[in-house]
Amino acid sequence: MVGALWIASVCGKERQRERQRFDKALTLRNMSIWVELLRSSIGKKYIMAITGFLLFIFVIGHLLGNLQVFLGPEAINGYAEKLRSMPLLLWGARIGLLVVAALHIWMAASLTIENRRARPEPYQLKTPIQATYSARTIRISGVIILAFVIYHLLHFTFLVIEPDYATWTDSAGRPHVYKMMVAGFSNVWISGFYLLAMLLLCLHLSHGLMSMFQSVGLRNPVWARFLEQLARTIAALIFLGYASIPVAVLSNLIE
Amino acid sequence: MDLKLKVWRQKNPESPGGLVDYDATGVNPDMSFLEMLDVVNEGLIEKGEDPIAFDHDCREGICGSCSLTINGIPHGPQKAIATCQLHMRHFENGQTVVIEPFRARPFPVMKDLIVDRGRFDQIIEAGGYISARTGSAPEANSIPIPKQTTDRAMDAAECIGCGACVAACPNASAMLFVGAKVTHLNSMPQGRPERDRRVLKMVASMEEAGFGNCTNTFECVAACPKEIKGEVMAQMYRDYVKALFRQAIRPE
Ligand code: HEM
Ligand code: FES
Repeated sequence: MVGALWIASVCGKERQRERQRFDKALTLRNMSIWVELLRSSIGKKYIMAITGFLLFIFVIGHLLGNLQVFLGPEAINGYAEKLRSMPLLLWGARIGLLVVAALHIWMAASLTIENRRARPEPYQLKTPIQATYSARTIRISGVIILAFVIYHLLHFTFLVIEPDYATWTDSAGRPHVYKMMVAGFSNVWISGFYLLAMLLLCLHLSHGLMSMFQSVGLRNPVWARFLEQLARTIAALIFLGYASIPVAVLSNLIE
Repeated sequence: MDLKLKVWRQKNPESPGGLVDYDATGVNPDMSFLEMLDVVNEGLIEKGEDPIAFDHDCREGICGSCSLTINGIPHGPQKAIATCQLHMRHFENGQTVVIEPFRARPFPVMKDLIVDRGRFDQIIEAGGYISARTGSAPEANSIPIPKQTTDRAMDAAECIGCGACVAACPNASAMLFVGAKVTHLNSMPQGRPERDRRVLKMVASMEEAGFGNCTNTFECVAACPKEIKGEVMAQMYRDYVKALFRQAIRPE
């Protein structure tokens, strides 16, 4: 009897201790779900994937907007004017995008630093077995896209690089977006940098669009192949879509 | 056949290492890679030199002791085998073979090609078990489990914990290993009651050890001698986030 009680009490204590250890493992790391998402390796992957997906949605929307240049000045100037007439939506989207991009870059930087630290002594010889070029270059493609986005904003949004654009209006008195695009892309260097950046975006997305499904646990062997092909196809279509504009300007299809 | 070896030699964890050239002569193509190293070592011992230290035990691909990064690939160029199962016939006469340890901060080099993989044991200690005594094997089908579930768990249970996934990963991430253990135990009814604490604690232990983060290159899957699939990582990510949410709403 006494023995049984003793065993029960020891078991109870052991269980309690085990529980405390468990609680410590969790509370040590603050167990606030938001902190945990920002701090744990898997949480960061989720944020990386979700922000990457939102950026991808923006990239699609922006492409559809830009392609209206093929419909002539009326269409694209009108579209730009419409966006400007809804400042709440426009600024909401801009601030949202800024937050999303900041999170994407912050997580990318944090993951990259941890990954560098995880292998201080490099291999003398390391042979990639099957990793794609786009997977191996995801960081550098990201950094170049960032450089491009900053330049692009200074060029077309904040008009720092070409302050003249601010004075360009069409017959209806709207900012002349069409003329701006044609003038910008008539410069071979600007078009060249733009095409290069779009190529890198294509590279980034041909890994990223597949990768984001794995990061949120939605990839499985049933559709893994299909997913890879889909990612590559969409990335290529995005490149072709964006590239068509400077190519059309340089070959005088639109002027 | 004759081979030119470039082998990583390192006295102890503190001292710097480097590649040293050796000639492996008269190698029988039917030898395993480890037997080839045994022969080289016999020559070294005869000359009174320090033999090359490397890990091994079962030599039949089931214990996970052997390691080695051979010409830049963990467990060498052949698919789905461990170094002990790699035969010399896959090399060409006169070929140069670079042999390095598995490299990652949590796997410090102890000597030459031997690394300390004790961090994997710590991850297992954190949750890679079932606390309740499950007794001896029960009557078959007394707990109905879908075939797909047992298949998934059995595939994941093939992991021998050798660490090739970490060695192959450009980020030295251990997520394939932890994913295999989490999938193996969380999929089965016996392991389900502890699934949340298991995944939270094992991931916490993995991070504390200083392994890197997965960027979905799947080099681990390609290097794995047991062909553990990438879906085990996907399951771990799902289980982890579900556990986080469940713990936030209704703490255990
Ligand atoms: C329009 C811009 C961008 C889009 C649409 C985009 C999209 C994506 C997507 C979908 C992923 C996959 C997420 C995952 O693997 O779970 C990804 C990953 C990544 N992105 Fe971006 N990204 C953009 C810009 C950037 C920038 C500016 C940087 C860095 C400065 C960057 C760095 C990275 C890195 C390092 C990864 C890999 C992270 C990992 O797999 O763990 N990206 N991106
Ligand atoms: S020595 Fe046991 S797996 Fe290679």
